[in-house]
Amino acid sequence: MTETVFHRSKADLLPERPPPPGTAGAVGWVRENLFSSWTNSALTILSLYLLWLVVPGVFGWAFLDAGFAGTDRTACEGAGACWAWVDQRIGQFLYGFYPREQTWRVDLALLLLVPAAAPILFDKLPFGRKALWFSLAYPFLAVLILLGGFGLEEVPTDKFGGFMLNITIGLAGIIVSLPFGILLALGRRSQMPVLRLICIGFIEAFRGIPLVTFMFTAALLLPLFLPSHFNWDLVLRVIVVVTFYAAAYIAEVIRGGLQAIPRGQYEAAQALGLGYWQSMRLVILPQALKISIPGIVNTFIALFKDTTLVIVIGLFDILNIGNQMVANPDWLGLGLETYVFISVFFFVICFSMSRYSMHLERRLDTTRR
Amino acid sequence: MKKAKFAIAAVGLIAFSGIAAPAQAATLQDVQAAGVLRCGINTGLAGFAFTDDAGNWIGFDAAYCKALAAAVLGDPSKVAYVNLSGANRFPALASGEIDVLSRNTTWTFSRDVDLGFTFVGVSYYDGQGFIARKSLGISSVVELNGASICIQTGTTTELNLADYFRSNGISYEPVPIEDNEEARVAYVAGRCDAYTADASALAATKTTLEDPDAHMVFPQIISKEPLGPLVRQGDDQWADIARWTLNVLKNAEEYGVTRGNVAALARGTNNPEINRMLGSEGSLGAMLGLNADWAVKVIAAVGNYGEIFEEFLGPNTPLELQRGVNALYKDGGLQYAPPMR
Repeated sequence: MTETVFHRSKADLLPERPPPPGTAGAVGWVRENLFSSWTNSALTILSLYLLWLVVPGVFGWAFLDAGFAGTDRTACEGAGACWAWVDQRIGQFLYGFYPREQTWRVDLALLLLVPAAAPILFDKLPFGRKALWFSLAYPFLAVLILLGGFGLEEVPTDKFGGFMLNITIGLAGIIVSLPFGILLALGRRSQMPVLRLICIGFIEAFRGIPLVTFMFTAALLLPLFLPSHFNWDLVLRVIVVVTFYAAAYIAEVIRGGLQAIPRGQYEAAQALGLGYWQSMRLVILPQALKISIPGIVNTFIALFKDTTLVIVIGLFDILNIGNQMVANPDWLGLGLETYVFISVFFFVICFSMSRYSMHLERRLDTTRR
Repeated sequence: MKKAKFAIAAVGLIAFSGIAAPAQAATLQDVQAAGVLRCGINTGLAGFAFTDDAGNWIGFDAAYCKALAAAVLGDPSKVAYVNLSGANRFPALASGEIDVLSRNTTWTFSRDVDLGFTFVGVSYYDGQGFIARKSLGISSVVELNGASICIQTGTTTELNLADYFRSNGISYEPVPIEDNEEARVAYVAGRCDAYTADASALAATKTTLEDPDAHMVFPQIISKEPLGPLVRQGDDQWADIARWTLNVLKNAEEYGVTRGNVAALARGTNNPEINRMLGSEGSLGAMLGLNADWAVKVIAAVGNYGEIFEEFLGPNTPLELQRGVNALYKDGGLQYAPPMR
């Protein structure tokens, strides 16, 4: 029996044809995503209408009708926003009352954050793990640069302010609260009753009381009870409070991650002969932390935004700088502009954190899905 | 003026805890040893405490800090400003974190007596007023019957308002507001017919409205808000210095001593009152434990009371406040300083 073998060469294929009109390119995307059904079409049109209502007004207020130059608010004519103050006040918004001729130190500290954070945040970078030593040294280096000493002019923390203060408190809180939170989470699941009780007490105390209360306590009550020569720096007290507060939340987020790890993983680690810390470090925590990333980043974003609460104890973070600027008779009544301006800063930082967390989730996605 | 309850509780804690703040018997020596005056001011209040574009604290309240530093240290720039919220101003003074509080603080009985502070005088007579649109067609607060009124919550103004309307047998609908800026927005948006706050704050608010002439601040003032600097009780020398620094500012205006002519007048005049004040006669400075030319330094640093008022609050500033009751007694106001002899 002869087999008939059909050979096909490329020449036999029909030539490729473009997709039917209206299914590819911009038109196709629009049809697919915006007008795929009657309800979607209706929603799209409604959204466009709402945008049409809002955007021209906002855009006109913020740019077209806005005033950009001048030395006080009377220089701003027209119905729109008045941005003349930005030119005069941007230094205060960024650096607070940090001495003007020293602000390069703030810039330097921020610049050094890039090489310090990069090896932690991204892999496949030059120098590999050696770069982590710099990351480890960075917090101390930054404190030295900002506070001065060793030949640099000393700047007390009451000169800290503006966005720099938000970043200082937020960053310090983030750096310390993660390891602290991990320890608390492990402590809460510990077999040792005293340790467990301490951790539970700590977590519940800090989760159960508003942050503002702790800020007031740190700012007002501690100085009353401590002898006056025992004078902790106010910014340091705030950082401690914010860190403890965030650590309590991080601990609970990570505990959620720990509980999601199947029991088999713990037993497998034990079966391999790993001790408690080894099994945590090599088997359990890598998985638990991966699960917890969205929750952790969520807490960090909340922490960063909570740094504006220092306003209640009279520290001049960016929000308070804005508040006191509109108390200057030259700039009275520009509250809306100031708040819009400040929200841009926060949005940029928080949105970046959120995008990074998504990147991290994709990178670590090794699940057996 | 506001949110004082927490502060009272906190200060009360000192009294009961027995861990009292260290006795501040010799504040003058402490300040001179430190070389800097720690002065508590507002975190930002139009005209009273605000920053210029270079980041320096200025304003009516800040000027008093400068005056006191000039008197005690001879240099008005040697002030460490401590910005305090309504809640933490009293604990800060009680715990010794600041040497003097100059933060638009109303002199009341309980603050003077119960909290253990000493008010050294009145730097600004304020009072609660109302602002409303002229288009309402009313000329008096009592005609606001049934009106919605924006009011900052947790302040004495809230209580004053309730008292006033009850005693006049009229009703109102409160619209609670958190701060001055929010109140301004609410008032502009028409969420309330009238807005009530301290008259100085209302003046500031009025200048920011799109058409200030379409609004009026009613002449009626329904409460007494005498604002002034205060120190801890128990150090009479320090309280005297703080009190007479304030009095020098007022007396200087009365005698016509200004920032411009004080140097010339200090060499001696034929007015013995001026000579005693400026130290070319008598020894008033020494009685306070200060240099003979302490008052000269004060006036050279910040000017007299009238000059300070003109600079930060007066008709040439955006606030456009009139002297009113804050004029000298001889001009029909309430500002009256005891003689320097």
